[in-house]
Amino acid sequence: MTSKILMKGNKAIAQAAINAGLECYFGYPITPQNEIGEFMSDEMPKLGRTYISAESELAAVNMLIGAASTGTLSMTSSSSCAIALMQEAISAMATAEIPGVIISVMRAGPGLGNITPSQGDYFQATKGGGNGDYRTIVLAPSTINEAVELTYKTFYLAFKYRNPAMLLADGMLGQMMEPVELKPFDLKIPDSSEWEADGIGEGNNKRPFRKLVSLHMQGNDLILLNEKLQRKYGTIQENEVMYEKYMADDADILITAFGTVARVAKSAVEKARSLGIKAGLFRPITLWPFPSEELKDAAKGKKTILNIELNEGQMMLDAKAAIDGVCPIELLSRLGGAIVKEGEIIEKIKELSSKYTCLKVISDNPSKNESQDSSRGHIKC
Amino acid sequence: MNSKDEKHIIIAGFGGQGVLFLGTTLAEAAMIEGKNTTWIPSYGAEMRGGSANCYVTISNDEIPSPIFDEADYGIFLSKAALNRFEKTVAKNGIAILNSSMTGENKSRNDISYIMEPFTDLVAKSSETRLLNIMALGLLIRKTGILAKDSVLEALKKISQAKKADFLRFNIDSFEAGYNLVKETIKQTSKC
Repeated sequence: MTSKILMKGNKAIAQAAINAGLECYFGYPITPQNEIGEFMSDEMPKLGRTYISAESELAAVNMLIGAASTGTLSMTSSSSCAIALMQEAISAMATAEIPGVIISVMRAGPGLGNITPSQGDYFQATKGGGNGDYRTIVLAPSTINEAVELTYKTFYLAFKYRNPAMLLADGMLGQMMEPVELKPFDLKIPDSSEWEADGIGEGNNKRPFRKLVSLHMQGNDLILLNEKLQRKYGTIQENEVMYEKYMADDADILITAFGTVARVAKSAVEKARSLGIKAGLFRPITLWPFPSEELKDAAKGKKTILNIELNEGQMMLDAKAAIDGVCPIELLSRLGGAIVKEGEIIEKIKELSSKYTCLKVISDNPSKNESQDSSRGHIKC
Repeated sequence: MNSKDEKHIIIAGFGGQGVLFLGTTLAEAAMIEGKNTTWIPSYGAEMRGGSANCYVTISNDEIPSPIFDEADYGIFLSKAALNRFEKTVAKNGIAILNSSMTGENKSRNDISYIMEPFTDLVAKSSETRLLNIMALGLLIRKTGILAKDSVLEALKKISQAKKADFLRFNIDSFEAGYNLVKETIKQTSKC
């Protein structure tokens, strides 16, 4: 029997960060992620590591810039309206190529909103509220076990690419408990000795000074930096995409969903199959880099995509761009802290199944369908 | 009720009654039994006084969402909890009431009620003083959703971290609740 522990998502994430070798935690309280800071305040001092309860989120994220600049594994954690306060610093980290890790446990917005679970910060996480052409690596777990695994990965990717990286969970995942297997940290944090601001040394051991800055006033420095960053983002897009497909290959209706919504969708897929409807699931795990090519491939030949989110279709914009019209896409959304129920998904699948039944007739007749791609195939019958 | 073998339990009362502890023990016992389980509390400002509730799911399959609309079983330890959550008990489900606080009014006829004056019972005894765990004992005996041994093991696991007395109170309270059913059954068979 595996040694499973019944653990809250927030605590599991905090423990995973410690396992990964976290040296510095900076945070300011906000529900629904308070257990992260609470756990850190207990555990980090015991290990001789640093826990600082910052005076504000702005302070916390700037402490993160400072600590991570020295190549130290560091993180902050917060939620929605307080992650909003950190956007300037995230853009600065991306520009100065500082591997700060941010845990974002979403609550409902906009504004201060409330503390109920939501996915309303997909844009905030993947597009960023900071300025300029920067990218944040964003990983979205759907179970607590996966939250542990992806917390490890977030630290690894931040250091591998010298880039801010974010674990994006929601209040439900943060607050719930389920049995979790805390696997040991099995990744090697990439070496930072070539770039970290660790002091120039003394006497004969002095090395040239290094600077990690986000202001680039000289000549065409900023042009060159942007080009370099874009090349890096291209490499990340090429190498780091993660996604899960579930009963997707032969599906007629493909659901796209991330995070906790995907676990409800998965169950709905099984129920739909038991009703004779071929449903499947495509779950992006990296929200940036978004699995665009992979989704486009998966979408080919589908009658429709059903995109489900606890926001008004924020990920759907990426999904739409990705599938580029190979099939239609529809939205099922819940806002303001409402969650989507399995029954509602099944009803929607049934509705789509009858709506697109005519498609089957068209696509079953190759002579009529050959010159038509399936996106145009869903003409009204 | 759902088609899978998933069991949904809502536990509700007010802060201090051990609502979340009851739920945690249940989830821990489910895990010990090798089942999948989820637990989610009411969280945030609500925890600092007033109502408390948690949702527990136990299943042999993967559990989609920790939050559900309909509970197979409800444990309601206060009047406010009953008022708020009685409607969430599924048809043919079971509601366990702390009748010391909820009264004995049965407002639905499509669910079964088990009523015990837990608050009064624990007030009478220095040994079985934990009304939440007494209600848990009753739930386990009445529904058989988990083995008694799994729950005792869970109580040991959780209580040991605290102290021996705490474990003893827990076990005594659990047994008292568990045996409440025996008496109820006897009474029923008499009449």
